[in-house]
Amino acid sequence: MLSIKNLHASVEGEEILKGINLEIKAGEVHAIMGPNGSGKSTLSQVLAGNETFEVTQGEISLNGENLLDLETEERAREGIFLAFQYPVEIPGVSNLQFLRTAVNAMRTHRGEPEMNAAEFMKLAKEVSKQVDLDPAFLKRGVNEGFSGGEKKRNEILQALLLQPKLAILDETDSGLDIDALQVVSKGVNALRAEDRAILMVTHYQRLLNHIVPDHVHVLAGGRIVKSGGRELALELEERGYGWLGVKDEEATPSAAS
Amino acid sequence: MATTDKEVNELIKREYEHGFVTDIEADTFEPGLNEDVIARLSAIKKEPEWMLEWRLKAYRRWLEMDEPDWAHVGYPKIDYNSISYYSAPKRKEDMPQSLDEVDPELLKTYEKLGIPLHEREKLAGVAVDAVFDSVSVATTFKEPLAKAGVIFCSISEAIQDYPELVKKYLGSVVPAGDNFFAGLNSAVFSDGTFVYVPKGVRCPMELSTYFRINAANTGQFERTLIIAEDSSYVSYLEGCTAPMRDENQLHAAVVELVALDDAQIKYSTVQNWYPGDENGKGGIFNFVTKRGAAIGKNSKISWTQVETGSAVTWKYPSCVLRGDNSVGEFYSVALTNNFQQADTGTKMIHLGKNTSSTIISKGISAGKSSNAYRGLVKFGPGAEGARNYTQCDSLLIGDRCGAHTFPYIESKNKSAIVEHEATTSKVSDEQMFLCRQRGIDPEQAVSMIVNGFCKEVFKELPMEFAVEAGKLLEVSLEGSVG
Ligand SMILES: Nc1ncnc2c1ncn2[C@@H]1O[C@H](COP(=O)(O)OP(=O)(O)OP(=O)(O)O)[C@@H](O)[C@H]1O
Ligand SMILES: [Mg+2]
Repeated sequence: MLSIKNLHASVEGEEILKGINLEIKAGEVHAIMGPNGSGKSTLSQVLAGNETFEVTQGEISLNGENLLDLETEERAREGIFLAFQYPVEIPGVSNLQFLRTAVNAMRTHRGEPEMNAAEFMKLAKEVSKQVDLDPAFLKRGVNEGFSGGEKKRNEILQALLLQPKLAILDETDSGLDIDALQVVSKGVNALRAEDRAILMVTHYQRLLNHIVPDHVHVLAGGRIVKSGGRELALELEERGYGWLGVKDEEATPSAAS
Repeated sequence: MATTDKEVNELIKREYEHGFVTDIEADTFEPGLNEDVIARLSAIKKEPEWMLEWRLKAYRRWLEMDEPDWAHVGYPKIDYNSISYYSAPKRKEDMPQSLDEVDPELLKTYEKLGIPLHEREKLAGVAVDAVFDSVSVATTFKEPLAKAGVIFCSISEAIQDYPELVKKYLGSVVPAGDNFFAGLNSAVFSDGTFVYVPKGVRCPMELSTYFRINAANTGQFERTLIIAEDSSYVSYLEGCTAPMRDENQLHAAVVELVALDDAQIKYSTVQNWYPGDENGKGGIFNFVTKRGAAIGKNSKISWTQVETGSAVTWKYPSCVLRGDNSVGEFYSVALTNNFQQADTGTKMIHLGKNTSSTIISKGISAGKSSNAYRGLVKFGPGAEGARNYTQCDSLLIGDRCGAHTFPYIESKNKSAIVEHEATTSKVSDEQMFLCRQRGIDPEQAVSMIVNGFCKEVFKELPMEFAVEAGKLLEVSLEGSVG
């Protein structure tokens, strides 16, 4: 489904991603772990087409289509979804209006009729229950005054509404209390499907108890330095990143680039 | 960053959709201003002697006045002798007695502007006075309003039919000597709307005036007077458009509101005069004096304005809160794009006890435009327990535009309370990215974000117009994403 080959990306002239290779098949769940500042969010943003980052080398394709040729919104309509590590607020724009506009943009792209306000309201209410978010949140401004955990649940709500092909979840588990972690995990598991792939960025192996990944990768210094199965996360939990020859960005071997 | 600017710029580039010219035969004065011109104007309108005197007094006063230069706007000097002070579509009779007598060309014009005037197609629940250049061409729903005792007619008719009311209130809120443009208007005003709501009457429908400038080289000087007697209520809305022309045109209006005991006037404006092209050529100079006198105790005056048009806007709808416990409100959205300049805001003059006022101003600047909020909150010595809340928010789209706030406070009463909040924000790259990541077009994203920013003001507009206002913002923002 998603194929990343030798991806290099930089911001303000500084290279952050230094040759990422990754293949994700439909139905799979991949987890990406790694020290702070290693480039996990950068990778997520680059996949979604954030123009702050410049792709200097490499390829990204989704089901054979070159993603690098597509604008952010076009990628989104092709099924790329990013749950943000730090969701932004859009004051005054109701969550409901925002979500309906998004859902209708996707529907229009697929040649389906738009949903009217009443139809959408019904759907949104159902899905918000699934992530244990009071429907009152639909009336509030997008992320406006939401707590950290509420923002994260709102991201999953959006994923469930938009039904993407590839869901990239950037630390959707961080800042969640124990109950919320359960709720969010349930939501993510509900997303799991034969024709959908999930890429999860996380620091905590406990999330992986709830959402069992097929593959685990360690991103350090802008490269994937180790890949393995579920057990790799457990090993990292026990041993940290030191044994892989990385501690933080300073420890990253940079001569090779 | 780069993304947003590019998108924003593209968004702003949409054509003004009301820019057409109606081809209609008109009686138009030669350009120029002197006492003879005023006498001719007054004669054409068959005005009584006192009205002419009033105009001439204002004119003589105006000759002594200087054009104000303190606003944060710049424009080429206006030659007041190169403007024509009267232009009206030719017609058989003096005043059309019914809509059937109105020139079909004119009806077509209003239809095109989305304001059908014919009985069958009239806007439901909204009475319209249609002012075309210097004259009122039609007023709808006159009879049902008359039944309720509400007078809704052109100011020209009012001068003839209700001279006592006009004499009593005209210039009582905005005297001829108030400022340069008010002085000019007092001398040469040609038409406008008159509303009188008698004691205890709640006006049964929304009243509105649609101002259309059509003729070239003509100034539009409209005069509106609204009087709400004790315990009455009226909601009034004005809309404005003009053709696209390379020359600037002057619009200098005066609006006076009078609210007596326990009366309420809600005045809304959707101003969409031609703003000039993307290089700053052409457009309307909108120099307007609007003021409401909350004379009566417990009276209330609310101004809501959505200002998206005009090349230069100079406008401060104000409230003089004379009656005890009277309330003044000002809700404003001012959007400038390309080379537009707006200097707008309000004055809240607290004179009575326990008077209170609220100011919510939302300025949106895009392109290379300049947008200034200018406000004065004043408490007189008798304004015991008065209070004001001011919130001034500016939103910048791109980084070549400017936003300024000039809030002034003068207090002669120690018990008065003022709260002031101001914010400046940008349509951020993060917000744009979030919207686009969810599949939303950049254009739609900007307009959604801007609409969200304006929400507090839009909710004050009459329902029918809130949607209009939202759409208008969208159009005005075209080409602003870059
Ligand atoms: N917009 C930007 N401008 C400058 N530097 C940036 C920008 N975005 C990311 N970086 C830098 O790129 C590096 C990678 O950041 P990134 O956010 O991808 O890390 P991360 O792996 O997600 O870290 P964390 O675990 O803390 O979320 C960091 O050094 C960061 O400072
Ligand atoms: Mg991160």
